[in-house]
Amino acid sequence: MGADLHGATRVAGEPLLRVERLVKHFPLTQGILFRRQIGAVQAVDGVDLTLNRGETLGLVGESGCGKSTVAKTLLRLEEPTSGHAFYKGADIFTLGRTELRAMRRQIQIIFQDPYASLNPRMTVGDIITEAWEIHSGVVPKAERRDRAQELLQRVGLPSDAVNRYPHQFSGGQRQRVGIARALTLNPDIIICDEPVSALDVSVQAQVINLLEEIQDEFGLAYIFVAHDLSVVRHISDRVAVMYLGRIVETGDESDIYERATHPYTQALLSAAPLPDPEGREHRTRVVLEGDVPSPANPPSGCRFRTRCWKVQEVCAEQDPQLLDRFGHGHPSACHFADTSLEPPRSAVPPAALA
Amino acid sequence: MTATAPLASSPSAPTAHLLEVEDLHVEFRTRRSTVNAVNGVSYTLDERETLAILGESGSGKSVSAQAIMGIIDSPPGFITKGSIRYRGTELLTLPEKDRERVRGAKIAMIFQDALSALNPVFRVGWQLAEMYRVHTGTSKSEAREKAIELMERVRIPSARERVDSYPHEFSGGMRQRVMIAMALALDPDIIIADEPTTALDVTVQAQIMQLLKDLQDESGMGLILITHDLGVVADVADRLAVMYAGKIVETAEVHELYRRPAHPYTKGLMASIPRTDQKGTRLSPIKGSPPNLSAIPSGCSFHPRCSYRRDNCSTDVPPLYPVSAGRASACHYWEEVMADGR
Repeated sequence: MGADLHGATRVAGEPLLRVERLVKHFPLTQGILFRRQIGAVQAVDGVDLTLNRGETLGLVGESGCGKSTVAKTLLRLEEPTSGHAFYKGADIFTLGRTELRAMRRQIQIIFQDPYASLNPRMTVGDIITEAWEIHSGVVPKAERRDRAQELLQRVGLPSDAVNRYPHQFSGGQRQRVGIARALTLNPDIIICDEPVSALDVSVQAQVINLLEEIQDEFGLAYIFVAHDLSVVRHISDRVAVMYLGRIVETGDESDIYERATHPYTQALLSAAPLPDPEGREHRTRVVLEGDVPSPANPPSGCRFRTRCWKVQEVCAEQDPQLLDRFGHGHPSACHFADTSLEPPRSAVPPAALA
Repeated sequence: MTATAPLASSPSAPTAHLLEVEDLHVEFRTRRSTVNAVNGVSYTLDERETLAILGESGSGKSVSAQAIMGIIDSPPGFITKGSIRYRGTELLTLPEKDRERVRGAKIAMIFQDALSALNPVFRVGWQLAEMYRVHTGTSKSEAREKAIELMERVRIPSARERVDSYPHEFSGGMRQRVMIAMALALDPDIIIADEPTTALDVTVQAQIMQLLKDLQDESGMGLILITHDLGVVADVADRLAVMYAGKIVETAEVHELYRRPAHPYTKGLMASIPRTDQKGTRLSPIKGSPPNLSAIPSGCSFHPRCSYRRDNCSTDVPPLYPVSAGRASACHYWEEVMADGR
């Protein structure tokens, strides 16, 4: 549908969604009467992504790395500073109002906080049917209530849930309402922004299972934004790791978790506490020094260099590109990309760089 | 004391644990209902030991810690029954004046949210120095020096320059270090850390847990780690107590518990975590959701969600059955649970 809007033809083998050089800078201003820009928070700074039909792309990173901003710009909940996002051939970022509305039928979102993302004054039934009022052609008026009940049952809620209010449900149940709402318009893509982080462990697993079931049933593609590495591994086909507004490494799930080549990915994986005490005394662990630098003033060259144990002079001078250095289809943005945790052989400790 | 223990002559017997909590009950009375947050919790803590208390939201893990600190707001909160002994001294009946000497000085606490636990309008160094000014009557300038020392001890870089910063000028990880510094100020014997790393990113989380461990090695303090994260527990704890609906349902040495859980709830929690060797299969979560604490199910409070349930589970409250030395499970059918493995 999107392709017709711009008269472009769909290329065979084209991914469902292709994001190119996505940039989102939030301006920093000073002054009250005469506001002038004094800088920018570089939340997302040149991100490329592809998403294929029916697959799950995991987007991981720590707070402030820009993963949620990527999610929001794809729905134009935030306007991007520059870049392209092609959905079925049409650039989401250049769509006009009516086209954008049509596009949003196809791309839906599930938010992190099930307490804040459901209107407390609306019944669950109204929350579900609201989308059909806006996109009035999808479900005829007379059938809406029944369809809402069906959807709620599908996500594991009792059918009388339509008449109840969000506060009458637990966190896990509310997240199910959020999932049902995302399904109302039969989308191709659902962006899941930390969908289980606010839930208790025992409930979290229920919601993950539900997401996997409906993915198979409705043929959905997910962009799964999360910071929990074990959850991302479980649900994702491919994973992209973000640091300070950039993707540092991307590959399929086993590339990232078993053959990580970027030092940040390696550090992230080794820092994640494993639910298994066996051998904890012998585990090699990379404990990174310091904190993530401010995205308003990121380091020159490689953005990770201030915390990296492999740092060399070239890291401050040259921005490492996200390249498939080994021809494995597993690109990594590091000058010294390598699966080992050792610093490069020729290492001269660059004291001046710190 | 038996006659074969001639050394145990003093009233504060050398056999006394650093901390003993026995049959603790805490309830919150509201106009509409009574919330039974803690329903008979017992545990002990020794020097150099790390005891993890694991539970989901509403399991009573934080409330039991607040009872030890004596910081439960009353009303609405009431400790209705039980005993908390620090080196053999009963804390619950201690006059408030004596209690204040224990709180902070002997038993200190680290809170989850360092941003709201620190006062935003006072400088960080001043808040640290306050510990010395109030508890030990140290002079202002000396207290300031000690505050800088503390900041160095928790490895805050360039402590001398940052002693006059405000909390908002610190990152999340650094603020948590300030909280730890504050807890360490008076060299306590026990530190209770309530979800100390939950609000932090993974890489910073690893730094903070490492710091706590190093400090414990230095000072020999006992550490109570309250958490919902099975990963953090596996990394640092010696012993583990799993709480559900205000009760301890299982307690064991960490390796043993992860190898073979003896309570269906513990087992369910472990099955809820995605594991690498089970990629591509569905998780097996615990069905249903945790109970409402003002209407806890009869008998075993876990029975409505349990797959091992029999008829007597809804009527008979399971005691903590001893499983092996230092290990207990509050399940009538713990043998069956263990036989099934992990």
